[in-house]
This record gives sequence, structure tokens and C-alpha cells, in this order.
Amino acid sequence: MSTFEFLLQGLVSAMEPMNLFYALIGVTLGTMVGVLPGIGPATTVALLLPVTYQLDATGSLIMFAGIYYGGMYGGSTTSILLNTPGESASIVTALEGNKMARAGRGGPALATAAIGSFVAGLIATLALAFIAPYIVKLALVFGPREYFALMVLAFVTVSSAFGNSTLRGLTSLFIGLALSLVGIDQLTGQNRLSFGVPDLLDGIEVTTMAVAMFAIGETLYIAAQGEAAPDKIEAIRGSVWMTAQDWGRSWKAWLRGTVIGFPIGAMPAGGAEIGTFLSYATEKRLSKHPEEFGNGAIEGVAGPEAANNASAAGTLVPLLTLGLPTSATAAIMLAGFQQYGLQPGPLLFATNPQLVWGLIASLLIANLMLLVLNLPLVGLWVKLLTIPKPWLYAGILVFATLGTIGANPSVFELGMLLVFGLVAYIMRVFDYPIAPVIVGLILGPLAEQQLRRALAISQGDVTVLFTSPIAAVLLSVAAIALVLPLILRARGRGDALSQMAASED
Amino acid sequence: MSLDNNKTSTEQRRPDWAALVIAAILVAVAAVIFLDVDRLRDMGGYSQVGPATVPNWIAFALIGLAIWTVFAAFRRDFPAREKQEFGPVAWVVAGLLAQMILIRIAGFSIATGTLFGLAAAGFGARRLWISIPIGIVVCLAIWWLFAGVLQLSLPAGPLEHLIQ
Repeated sequence: MSTFEFLLQGLVSAMEPMNLFYALIGVTLGTMVGVLPGIGPATTVALLLPVTYQLDATGSLIMFAGIYYGGMYGGSTTSILLNTPGESASIVTALEGNKMARAGRGGPALATAAIGSFVAGLIATLALAFIAPYIVKLALVFGPREYFALMVLAFVTVSSAFGNSTLRGLTSLFIGLALSLVGIDQLTGQNRLSFGVPDLLDGIEVTTMAVAMFAIGETLYIAAQGEAAPDKIEAIRGSVWMTAQDWGRSWKAWLRGTVIGFPIGAMPAGGAEIGTFLSYATEKRLSKHPEEFGNGAIEGVAGPEAANNASAAGTLVPLLTLGLPTSATAAIMLAGFQQYGLQPGPLLFATNPQLVWGLIASLLIANLMLLVLNLPLVGLWVKLLTIPKPWLYAGILVFATLGTIGANPSVFELGMLLVFGLVAYIMRVFDYPIAPVIVGLILGPLAEQQLRRALAISQGDVTVLFTSPIAAVLLSVAAIALVLPLILRARGRGDALSQMAASED
Repeated sequence: MSLDNNKTSTEQRRPDWAALVIAAILVAVAAVIFLDVDRLRDMGGYSQVGPATVPNWIAFALIGLAIWTVFAAFRRDFPAREKQEFGPVAWVVAGLLAQMILIRIAGFSIATGTLFGLAAAGFGARRLWISIPIGIVVCLAIWWLFAGVLQLSLPAGPLEHLIQ
């Protein structure tokens, strides 16, 4: 069957009423958490994992993907109206978007963000559908050493290529890897680092860890900032509709943002932020109105917003075809697949095509829902921002612990939540990135298995890791991604990299 | 990467003590890994690659990162830290501790409602006699929805038994 037929079949599956319902819940929740500061798509999916344990796999995964897409839409609203990005992929949107809102052009800014997200999401999801089968074919020739090399590349890019410091990124990653050792070794059945505690035999729960690191750590960090001045919400004045000139200036930016964002999401480069920065820089250079940049240029909103949605779709390419998460949200979605005993990768396309194609097709539908949710209903989402801080964060903690208690109502698990919440808080204070811990925790055991298989085949000869051409290329790219930023930073050129710091999403 | 240019020479020579503590913690974690997998040393089998191999590599890497951190501490490479207020943090931690202690005895709603109240206090809503009861009522509704309707296993206490 061709991709087109698979996609049509997927659409049929996605149009089932229950799946439509899950998609609607997903995009609604996603928009909500995108709007709210302090809680992002990664945390939300982590919170929902235990709750969805008893639902069917296709439905829950459709919901998770909806949350991911929704988070990308919702973040722009906060950036534009509040100048506080709701999630990290919307930082650039705040630059021009908030200026537009202050100049009374908040409506068109929101509209170009929403329509741009729609256009980008649509094109990128179709690109995902048509590229995925080719990567699946390529992945079938991958052996353990190629997979190991791929994971090393993902480790390097997620932890150290971007951000403030190679040292702190790598430290975060190795903390995650060390934590991933806890529990029964999957190849020999030996206990490692569980110290006789029965709760630890199964390893550290990814969901507990994600909730502790993101939700609890962030809440503690915000609490520690004390009473800050209240943020000013810009009212949406004037029409939300874009003028002909706005359309004319936006559409090229949308397409360029999509072209920039999709490959960056698809490469193991960690997060949607990078694409948004590149898109912003591109628009600034190409604009016929460079003087408007910094004062509310509509291209500066249209491009980055398209880029962040396109990279959300791009992230799903390695996740679905290789089982390789390249962002924190994707890492937790991988945990979601594992919860149902599914391992994303080339085999999943063969054994469970209905689920994979249903998921991809539902993204097209989710995109349409998001356009409706975000344009006419934007006023509703803005109201969320008026929730007083005490109730908002107390509520976030209630839901954070609810997920953990629902998965495993034990005092031990709540203790882990507290301990790792404090660890995450301290890490934030010292400017250690959080996402590498989660990626290390989830990918660590997979990488170890592939490594040990490769070494068992070669009878312990380490050089075998470098002798396959594909593995050698991947490891060389990883080495460059590790060393190049060190050199750039040493020569005082690190500012651009630290601006691209990959954080939560 | 502090942008502070007017440091005196004495300040520059003083190490960043907090960073040194972090380095010590990394070494401690590495030591725990070495000690724990020591008993798995001989399980490598024919290829000499066993359950202890990767933990040892990770522990070596942690020690390497600790040494790097020590250098960074002496060169004061860590960014300037913002002032932290510990009062609000203590409130939130107290809330999480209270929930941990109460969850088995008093059930989901009372434990989580207390967490709600104490956490809200950390963010400035100090009237606990209002916020804790509100929290308990909200949590009871959540319990009813998630445990009753969605079949999630949330521990029941006296309040939950009343509405069951």
C-alpha cells in the first residue's frame, strides 16, 4: 500500500467518535498548559500517563500528540499578551508579538500566530507522513551499534550542543543516566542500585521523575523568586482579523518557518526553540521592513510560530520511526508508548500500522481543532492568566501529586517526588538544564542494551562501534557537536548558543 | 559567565564553594555506583561485558565531570545566582511533607487539601483557615471524579467513605 492509502485509512480511524473526543481533550488541555506559565506539554503528558493507564492505546497517544501540538499554539498567546512565554518555544514570539499587542495590534498578532501554526502543522504533518516510511526502510538496516551511535548523538545534542555550558549539560545528562541504572538489569536480571528497596526494583518511574523535575522543581523555583511585580496583560484591542497587508507579509514567513522548523525538529537537535531563533533571524534579514523589527513586525511572529509547530511535527519523525526522542515531551511520549507495551520504531509500522497512521492522521484533525480553539476562543484562554498565583501553583501541585498517587499510592513515591523536586530546584538555581536528566533516564537503558548487544557480538571489542560506516558518521557528528560549542564558547562566541538553550519543550 | 568586571584579585582567587559541593556530590554518586556494582564484576561472561560495565563507565564519567566542575569552581565559571527566598520554598516543602504523612491516615482529600493550603501560603495566600478547607473540598470533588468515575486508585479516608 502507498503512504496515501495508509494515511486515508488512518483518517478513517482518527474520525471515530472516541478518537475525535480524545483529540479534542488533548488539544484543549494542550492549549491550556501552553497558556499557563510553569507547566508545559512534557509535564502535562507525564501527569496524564497514570490517568490514561486504563484507556486504549490509540486514544491516549492521540491525546498526548494533541497536547504537544496544543502546547505550541497556546504558548504564543501568553507571549503576545503577557510578554511571558508560556513555554520555551515561544520566547521569540514575545519579542515582536508583545510589541504588536502594546501597539493595539494584538488581534492580528494572535491571528498570524494561529494561522501560521495551522499552515505549518498541516504541511509538517504531511511531510512526516511521507518521510516516515523512507526512514523506516533505512532503520531496518540499523543494527545495535548504529542505534547506539544514534543515541549517543541524541545525548550530545540534547545535553551539550546548545545551552549555557557543556559541563552543566553533560552533568545533567549523566545524572539522568546514573538514575536510569536503578532497578533490575534487563539482560541479566541482576539488581543494580536498588539497595534492597522493593519500590526501586522496577527502576525509577519516568512519570514520577518528570513530574518532580518539571512541575515540582519549577513551582519551588518560582516560589523562591518571592513576590515579583504582577505581569501586565495586554487587552486585545481592535479586530482579530488580519488586513490584506498582514496576509501578504505573513504567508511567506509561515512557509519559511515551516521549512526551517521541520528538519530541525526531525534531527536529534533537541527542542523546538532552535528553529524559532533561526526563523526569526531569517525573517529579520529578508524583511522589506527591517526598521519594524523590535517594534512589532508581523513577520517576526509569523515565522517563529510556524517554525515551532513544524518542529513539533518533525520531532515525531525520529520518535515514531526510530524510537528516538529528541525533546523532553517526545521522551515522555515514548514512556507513554512503553506503558502500552509498544516500542516505537520500524517494527511498529509493520505490526501496528493502524495505530501509527491513526496517530499521524489525527494530528491533521487536531490542527484544525486548534485553529478553531485558538482564534474565536482566544478571550477564554486569556482569562486563565487572571488566576491568582497562589491558587494556580497550589492547583498545579495537586494535579502533579494526583498523577503520582494514581499510578502508585505509596508514601515512598511521594517521597521521591519531594526529593527530586528539590534536586530539580537546586539544579535550576545553579543553571543546570533539566531536559537532559529526563532524556538520560529514558534513553539510558535503551542505549545500554544496544551497546551491550553490539559488544557481545564483537566479543568485547570496542572498536566495532566505529567500524560500521553509518555508526562512524553518527559518532563523528556527535563528536563535532560536543567539541564545536566548547571552542565557540572559549572564543567568546557562546551567546548565540546560550540563547538557543533547549529547555523543557 | 558572570558579567561582573570589577572583581578584585582576592575575589577571583576564592573558589565557588557551592560548585565544589556539587563536585563532591558527583563523586559521592560515582562512589555509590562503584560500590554497588562491585559484586556484579564477574558476570561479564565471555565478552567481558556484563551488568557492571555501563555503570562503571557512567561512574568514571561522573568523576571526570566532578574534576571539570572543580576547575570551573576555581575559575568561577558558574553564572551569578539570583537571590532565593527560602520562606516560600519551606511552605511548599511543608505542604508536600504534610501530604506524605497524611495520605495513609487521612485519605486523599485531607492530605492533598492540606498540600493545597500550604502551597498557596507559599505564594502569599496565608489565610490557612480558608485555603485548607477549600483545598479539601476541591480534592474531594477530584477524588470523586478520578476514583469514582475514572477508576483511579486514590487512597480513601474518612471523608471519602462518606460520599462513597
